[in-house]
Parts: sequence; structure tokens; C-alpha cells
Amino acid sequence: MELLIKNGFVFDPINGINSEKMDIAIKNGKIVDSIQEKNAKVIDASGLTVMPGGVDIHSHIAGGEVNAGRLLRPEDHVKDVERKTAITRSGVGYSIPSTFTTGYRYSRMGYTTIMNPSMSPLEAKHTHEELSDIPMVDKASYPLLGDWWFVLEYLQKGDLEECARHIAWMMETVKGYAIKIVNPGGLESWGFGRNVHSIDDRVPGFDVTPREIICGLCKVNKMLNLPHTIHLHTNNLGVPGNYATTLETMKCLEDLAGDDKPVAHITHLQFSSYKGRDWRTMKSGAEEIANYVNNHSHLTMDMGQVIFTDTTTMTADGPFQFNLYNLTGHKWVNHDVETETSGGIVPFRYRRKNVVNATQWSIGLELALLIKDPWKIFLTTDHPNGGPFTAYPKIIAWLISKKARMATLKRTHPKAIKRSILSSIDREMSLYEIAVVTRGGTSKALGLKHKGHLGVGADGDVAIYDLNPESIDLPTDYKVVRKAFSRAKYTIKGGQVLVKDGEVLQEMYGKTMWLNVETDEPCRIPEEMKTKFRDYWTVEFDNYPVSDHYLRSQSPITVKASI
Amino acid sequence: MTIVKSVTCPVCGCLCDDIELVVEDGKVEEVKNGCAICESKFIGYRGEHRVLKPKIRQNGKLVDTTLQEAVKKSAEILANANYPILYGWSSTSCEAQRVGVELAEEVGGVLDNTAVVCHGPSILGIQEVGIPSCTLGQVRHRADLVIYWGCDPWSAHPRHVERYTTFAEGRFEGSEWKGYLQKFKAAAGRKKIKRVMKQAPVKNPPSIEPVTPSEPPQKMKKDGRKLIVVDVRRTMTAEVADYFIQVEPNKDYELMEALRALVRDQELDVNSVAGISVECLEELVDIMIGCNFGIIFFGLGLTMSAGKFRNIDVAISLTRDLNMRTKFAIMPMRGHFNVTGSNTVFTWQTGYPFGVDFSLGYPRYNPGETTSVDVLLRRESDAALVIASDPVANFPKKAVQHLVKNPLIVIDPHMNATSLMADVVFPSAFVGIEVGGTAYRMDHVPLPLKKVVDPPEGVLSDKEILNRILEETRKIKLKQVEAA
Amino acid sequence: MVQQKLRVILLTGRTIEQGVGKERGKASQEYFESVSMCYMDPEDMKKLGVRNNTNILVTTKYGSVVVKAVKYRRAPHTGMIYIPYGPWANAICSHETDSIGMPTFKGIPAQVAPAQNKPVLNMEELLKIEFGK
Repeated sequence: MELLIKNGFVFDPINGINSEKMDIAIKNGKIVDSIQEKNAKVIDASGLTVMPGGVDIHSHIAGGEVNAGRLLRPEDHVKDVERKTAITRSGVGYSIPSTFTTGYRYSRMGYTTIMNPSMSPLEAKHTHEELSDIPMVDKASYPLLGDWWFVLEYLQKGDLEECARHIAWMMETVKGYAIKIVNPGGLESWGFGRNVHSIDDRVPGFDVTPREIICGLCKVNKMLNLPHTIHLHTNNLGVPGNYATTLETMKCLEDLAGDDKPVAHITHLQFSSYKGRDWRTMKSGAEEIANYVNNHSHLTMDMGQVIFTDTTTMTADGPFQFNLYNLTGHKWVNHDVETETSGGIVPFRYRRKNVVNATQWSIGLELALLIKDPWKIFLTTDHPNGGPFTAYPKIIAWLISKKARMATLKRTHPKAIKRSILSSIDREMSLYEIAVVTRGGTSKALGLKHKGHLGVGADGDVAIYDLNPESIDLPTDYKVVRKAFSRAKYTIKGGQVLVKDGEVLQEMYGKTMWLNVETDEPCRIPEEMKTKFRDYWTVEFDNYPVSDHYLRSQSPITVKASI
Repeated sequence: MTIVKSVTCPVCGCLCDDIELVVEDGKVEEVKNGCAICESKFIGYRGEHRVLKPKIRQNGKLVDTTLQEAVKKSAEILANANYPILYGWSSTSCEAQRVGVELAEEVGGVLDNTAVVCHGPSILGIQEVGIPSCTLGQVRHRADLVIYWGCDPWSAHPRHVERYTTFAEGRFEGSEWKGYLQKFKAAAGRKKIKRVMKQAPVKNPPSIEPVTPSEPPQKMKKDGRKLIVVDVRRTMTAEVADYFIQVEPNKDYELMEALRALVRDQELDVNSVAGISVECLEELVDIMIGCNFGIIFFGLGLTMSAGKFRNIDVAISLTRDLNMRTKFAIMPMRGHFNVTGSNTVFTWQTGYPFGVDFSLGYPRYNPGETTSVDVLLRRESDAALVIASDPVANFPKKAVQHLVKNPLIVIDPHMNATSLMADVVFPSAFVGIEVGGTAYRMDHVPLPLKKVVDPPEGVLSDKEILNRILEETRKIKLKQVEAA
Repeated sequence: MVQQKLRVILLTGRTIEQGVGKERGKASQEYFESVSMCYMDPEDMKKLGVRNNTNILVTTKYGSVVVKAVKYRRAPHTGMIYIPYGPWANAICSHETDSIGMPTFKGIPAQVAPAQNKPVLNMEELLKIEFGK
């Protein structure tokens, strides 16, 4: 099928296109130079904004944790339901939507690619089964590898090559896309109820430190030439005063930056940017972090913006979730996974009139606005930790309009206003910059060559929004912008129109991307693994890998490693 | 002859995946590594009681029919029903369960699994307070205190202790197997002496030991893993435990609340709780607080007796309290091999783990209202599809009376009490023996089920049967819409 | 003195024999034998004058059923009887779900009486009587 999108205002930052009136042609699911109009379905996009399909770099949409959150919170679902239609399946929504609903809602906002950032390798089949039930989008998942016993043991020995081979084996075995590191060292310590509190604490039972894990895996990531960098959730996340740990973490990676390319992605940065000694004195550390980031180029980040709403926090950071449970006394799920990782869930309501929550809200926006280069920091809520992904349009409104920000800031706790410098920031993002932080920048950071842009050969994933950049004044009409980004005029995936006027026209299942990492030497790992397997896990070697059976439709990406 | 290794056992929630099968001429001839129930399953699947043809009720009797006919009849029943129940799901694969959700949504029925009469209350407890838990390997590597409360793994999960807990070899904790062997030998010796004493004319026969000794035995003070069993009766597992605590029936809640108070350093003004002396409880609490990694496994002894989900609520709350002092986890001992999977699949597709009502076009969940036993007791359902389960044998009589009054479709490899009452019976292939798939262990670890032998000719998998019923139902409903 | 009736608490649950029998097939003799029985404390059996492997009648508010009394080796648990899950147990279990979907299968007050002359019904007979099919 051929599709021609005519006369839209195109925003394609990767190709440097900024609000140019042009046609986009799609043939066999890919962007092409041109097609014959008479053979094609034509969409008249005049007066509309055309962007590549959205690419979310960090959103918990599938897997054991997410599902435990769904099970935990019937009260979250009951207020937000999706009826079955002739085209779509039924489901429930709000902070942890059911799988089908997740797909539809992303698609309605013009997103076409979602990265699921947390997958315990032992339970990877579960993640992939759920991903297979999420329609409308392409997706991939990051396995949690920072506290994997094999990683700790090889780093302890200083054998990076062997460590790299194991990671390569793991990527293929669990069909993963990037190395996810969560509170390095802290998760292993949590096995006996402890934690690490700085990047130089020793991990109990292993002679390594978080610093060694972060740097080691960063080097491994380079050796393997993985498309994305290491994806890092820092130590001391969610603890007042943690901006110092974050800065130290950023600094320890400086030496590893050879060229201008980033070597690490610090995720949901907001949660790692707190100053103060305790919650009473907690305030924003965004300025210090932004100053550092503005002077260095070895990092990318995402916001982890907080929304004032009732949501469900879930991370692999078991000790952090335990602290949050202590703080709130709310329901608490903990799920430690043998040999690999841990995890926790606590429902949480961010309140405008709570000083800490309001400061958290400010910090996310401060970071996005103080870090000058939009190619460094991207839009996320760390769904559902800061709030559900359906709140993205709200965040866009705050980013493009000081008026929108101030309207919300005014209604927060008065003390909170003084704890950040948000009110003094005048920067207002353009639509071009919004396109960077929601698609161009993310896909570049992820190394997705065919996503996030509209150049020839890219996937035919396009979002069209009902916004006329010529006539609209973004800062004043932010409500129009918010509405436009909530309900895409059209969402096109692989050349197929999936959504029109915010309604699903057809259901379609995207592909799961994963890395097939080729190492020089034929991999000896399986032999070694077989002998150790029963000592490490409670399942058999043969039953561990994620077979093709678990992927409804896949798109392996072959990577040539330098080992 | 071929040997198939790493087979996952489709019996209980332990999902042992180290079974070796010797297959000859398309039949399983030998089972290695499995427990008695596992052997019975792998050898018994081709038993003489298996039916190979679909059946349909005519003039009050079940007679053989064709697959097409059975599918058509089932689809008619479901398409014409206003409020059907689709029940079972715990002994089939996740793949079949996924089709099941679609079918339930299509016909606007109640989708429910066997958890409702098993660990349903556990889920309600979790929805109240959450659950600090872990995978079983974590217990194997780290736990130095294992408590089985209201469950008897020796009978229901025979390899649980050996593979995952006290008798397993872990990184930080070793197996206690040798110690127990010695203990058993000693116990056997003592029994012999007792027998001799009984025969001998002794004036003062040895008194019967008190049920729960007021002081914990010496071995609770040793290093290494310790095993405690709390139950209303001395079970097989209690025999191997270091410490057996006999609680009075229906008093688990009281006992647990007493422990919570003690964990929080409060004093108790009574001498005993639930038949156990307070001194003994204090010792128990010290053992719990003093461990490095403790875990409570609980079973139906908690979910089915007085208090039901409140028992679970308090057990989890106790675990939460203990986490302020040390590392503690808690886990339900799930029965059927894929009951966890059915909760998991239902949850990711609908948001709810069981008792999902689609009658309004979207998933709704209200245990006590949308759960199958209640729907049956209120006599609201007008048809039912039962898959991989036997509610006629497992539901209370009054609920079954309404179930069998309405059209009933059964999909099951075996003839069971429910199929004897059914209007349409589909024999299906044994999941995990004749057809592959996925199942979730009690700790939510997904494991692949293997196809080891071919199913008998003409016998389809649950998934395939459901797919055909779904397709046929859609056709009928489309016609109904067109006619209207 | 031998009593005519004994008040007890009824528990139901799994046994390894029931597990083995169920996997053999619900129509198998193993299954029948494993679930149409009732574990009793030897003291209680003495009180009733019931010998090992003879039939007893168990009655609750919800119904009554004849099962075979078997001595429980790991006594004592006086005042408690234990019937493995199955149609026999369910004939006398409580259907009260306390509005949470879960019937009561454990801790039900019951009465036991000797029934040497009454037969244990097989599954089909039992279902016929209970549900008329």
C-alpha cells in the first residue's frame, strides 16, 4: 500500500527539517522519495503538524513488575475502563493500563515505538508475552544486568571480555535491547535487606563497588558496540541529597567518553536531583546537575517528570521501594529475583499541596529547561512512576509555555516555589524541540536507525497533529497544544493509518526488537553456563531462553562486537 | 527409545523442570526425578479412563459425536447465553488462557479460575496490603528460616522442600538434608524402644509429649537453616520440622496478631494464644527476628478457614513488620501448575486476576459478586464452559446444583465428575505432555511446557478447541446481528 | 463408654494419595479410595467404637455423606477429622462465601456417627443422588 501525506508542516529534527511544508511518501511500510499520487491513499495535511511517530525511551508497560502492579490495584482500574468495540479489545486504564489499552492509548497520542526499561532475565518470557499482547507499537526491553551474579563475579576478577561475552549471550537469550543497571550493588545487598549508599560502598558477598559495576558495564557496552548506551538508574535514587551521588556517577564516566558520543543514559533524572539533608530540607539540585551536563557531552538523560495524580511506583530498586513504603505505609510489593535483581511496587499520590511532591514536579521541568541541548534530555514520566504516560501532553504544554507552568506552579505549596528556580526560567520550547525530546532525540540515543525521522528508508511511522504552526502562538494557546497531542489527527504505523481523530481505526501488532550480538570467537558461554546453571538458578538451562514462540513478530538487529 | 530432559512437570505450583522422561513408541515409559504425583501424571495420562471422542448429551445420555458438531453446539450455547460462566483455566497453558479471555469478552460472560476456591483470598489479601516476596531461588540461596503455615508441602508440593527450601543447596545457605537423616534414624530408634516398652510390663508408661513444647527444641539454636511448621494437625511436613507448632482450628488470625504484637515489643496479658503458650511465642518471635532471611509459605489452611482473606492480610502484615527488623518474605503455595499463570494472563489482559465480569462490555471485578460460586448461588448464570477443572467435585453442593441445571460445556483430557454432568464434552490433549505451552511457577517464574508425545488422533489442544468455539460463536453472533 | 455421635471440626485438604489418584484419572479406583475416606484420631475412634477402615456417617449443616474412617498415624488431633478434597468432602462443605467468592472448606462443625452397614457411594451414585444426573 502507498500513502502520501501532502502539504503538512514537517518537523523532522534528525534531518534538520523545521516546520517545512512538504510531502511525505510511504511505500511498503517505508518512507520513500516520492510516489505516484494516483496509486496512493492521500492524506491532506495542510495546516497540520507532521512528525515522525513518537519514540518513548523509558516506560514500564510490560512484565512481572507491571503486572504485579495491575494485580495490586483494582481501585486504580475501576475508575477508567475501555469498552470492547468491533475493532478493539476491552481493558482498564489509569496508571497501569492492561496491555491492549496501553497500545491503543500510546497510538492515540501518535507514539509508535516504546522501550520497556526493566526486565528481569529469569522472567523475560513474561515480559515478552505481555509485549506480544500490546498492539499498535513497536517495542523492545532492557534486561536488568547490573547485579547479575555473573557480572559481579567477572568484574571482581577484572575480566571484562568474559563479562562482555556473557552480556552478549544474555541479550540474545532473553531478547533484550540494552544493558539496564538499577541501583548497582544495591539490589544484591537488598537480598539480605541492606543497601549501598555511595558509589564506593562494597557490595556484600562480592568484592566490587557500584563505581566498578557502572564503569565496567560501560566499557562492556562499548566492546559490544550496542546501539544504546548503558541505561542507568543511579544509586541513592529518591533520597534527599542524592544529587551529589548523581554528579559523582556522571563524573566517573567522564574518562570513558572517547569521542563526542554519549556513553551512558541516566534515566528519570528528576528522582536523582535532590538537595538537602532530609525530606524537611529537601530542595532542587537541578541547577547543579544542569550546569554539569551543559559542560559535558558524554551523557543523555530523561526527565522522569512527576504529575499531580494517583499513580503506582514500580522499580527494580527494592530498597528504594521499601523506603517509600516506610514513608507512606501504603501497600507494598517486593519481588527479589534469584541471581539477578529485585523489584518493588508502592502506590503513590503526588500532591500539589505537598512541598516535596511539588518540588519534585519543579525539578523535572527545571532539568528539561536548564539543560540547553534538547538532544540530551528527553520527555518521560518514567511511566507509571512519575505518572501515567497519558500525561505527556500536559508536560509538553509546560515545556512550551511559561504561562502553563506558572498556572500550575501557583497552585502548588507556596514553600515549594522557593525550593527551585523554576519560576525564574523563561525558556519555552518550540515544536521543533518538542519533536526532539519525544522522537528525534530518543531514537538517536537508542541508535534506532529507522525510527524517529522521516528520511528515505525510515519506517513509515508518522504522527499528524491538529496544530497549525503558522497560526498558533504556542505559549498562549498551550491548551490547544495539549489537546492536539492527546488525540493525534492521524497515527500512521508502517504506512497503515491506525488512528484518525484520536480513534482507533484498525488494530495492528508491531514488532519486538532485540539484539543479536555477534562476537569474534564462537561463544563458549553455553558450555560454561550448563555446568553452573543449577548452582545459580532454580530452572534448567534449556528452559531459560526466550524462544521465538514468545515473540508475536520480531525484528532482530545484528550487532558486530569488537571482541 | 529417546530420553527427553528438562521437562517441566505439569502438576503443582512447584513446576519442577528437571524431569527426565524415557519415551518409547510414542509413549512415556519411565519418569526420573519426579515425585509420586508427577509419575502418576506422566504414566497415568494414557489411562484406561480417557475418552477420545467429543460427546454430546442426547435424551439424558452422553453419546459420541463429531468435533464439528460439538463445536457448533458449544457455540450455540454460548452465543445464546446471557450470562455464561467460563471457569477453570488453572491446568492449561497461558496460550489457551489468552484465547479464553477473548472468548469471555466476546460472549460477555464471567471469567473465573480455580484460584477463587483456593488462593483467591490470598489475592484479596495482597490487594489490601501488597506482598513482600521473592523467587524460590532467593529462598534457596539465602533463607535460614523457613516457615510452612497451614500447608503441607510433603503432600501437596512434594519436592518443594528438596528443590527450593530447607534441603536445597544455596550460595549462602547449605542443605539440611544430612541432619534430618540422622534425626530420622534416631527417631526410628526411639520408636522401637517405645514399642518394646509398651510390650514390657512397665508401671509408669512414658507420658505423651505435649503437642507444642513450651520451649523450642535445642536445634533451633543451631546454625544453618531452620524449619518451622504451623498447622492444626501434625502433617508429614511437621514430622521433618525442627519445630512444630499446633494451632487450634480457626485461630490462625489470633496467633498471627499475637506474633505481630510481640514483634513490636508489646507485652501480652494472657498465658496462651490459640493453644500455644506465650513463652513459646516469644521464643518464636526471637527466632524470626534473629534470622538473616526468613520466609513464610502459607497454604489453604489460612485461606479456607475462618477469617479467610483477613488471615492472609495479617500474615502479610506480620511479614511487613518483620521487615523492619530483618529480611522477611512470604509466598502462597499455589496448587495447580498454572493457576498463577491464569491470574497473570487475566491480569495483563483485563487488569484483574479472577472473577472478571464482561457483561457490560468491559472488565469488572467484585469478588463476592462476580466470582463463580456467588453467581451460581444467586442462580444468575444460564450456561457454563468449564475447562481443565472439576467444579462438580470441588464446588459446594448448592453451587453445583445450579451449574448442572444449565447447559454445560466441558473441555478436559479426563472424564471427571463435571464431564459426567455436561451437555458437551471435549477430550483435549494433555498440556505439558501432548502439547506445549507456558506455565507460571508459584513465584511467577514462567517456564515452557514441553510436548513430549503426540496426542491421540483427533484430539486437539485446549487452545485449538477454544479457537474453534470462538470462531463459530462469532459467526453465530454476526448472523444474529444481521437478522436483527 | 461408646458414644453414638461425636462432635468434631471438619477439615478438608490435599493428601499425596489424592494427588496421585487425581492424576491417574477421576474415574480410577485410586482416586475413589483416596478421597472417599476420612482421617480420624484413634482416641476419637475409640470413643465412637469405630474400627479402622469401617464406614462412618459425617453430617454437617450442609449435608451428610458416608466415608471410610482411617486411623491417622500422626495423632493426636482429637476432635478433628480430615477428608481429602473431592465430591465426598464437598457434599458436606459450606457454601458460605462471606462475600469474597470463597466457600468455607476448613474448620466446619460436624458430627460423626458409626455407619458400618451403610455403603460408601461411588462417584456416579453420589452425583446421581446429589444432582440427579
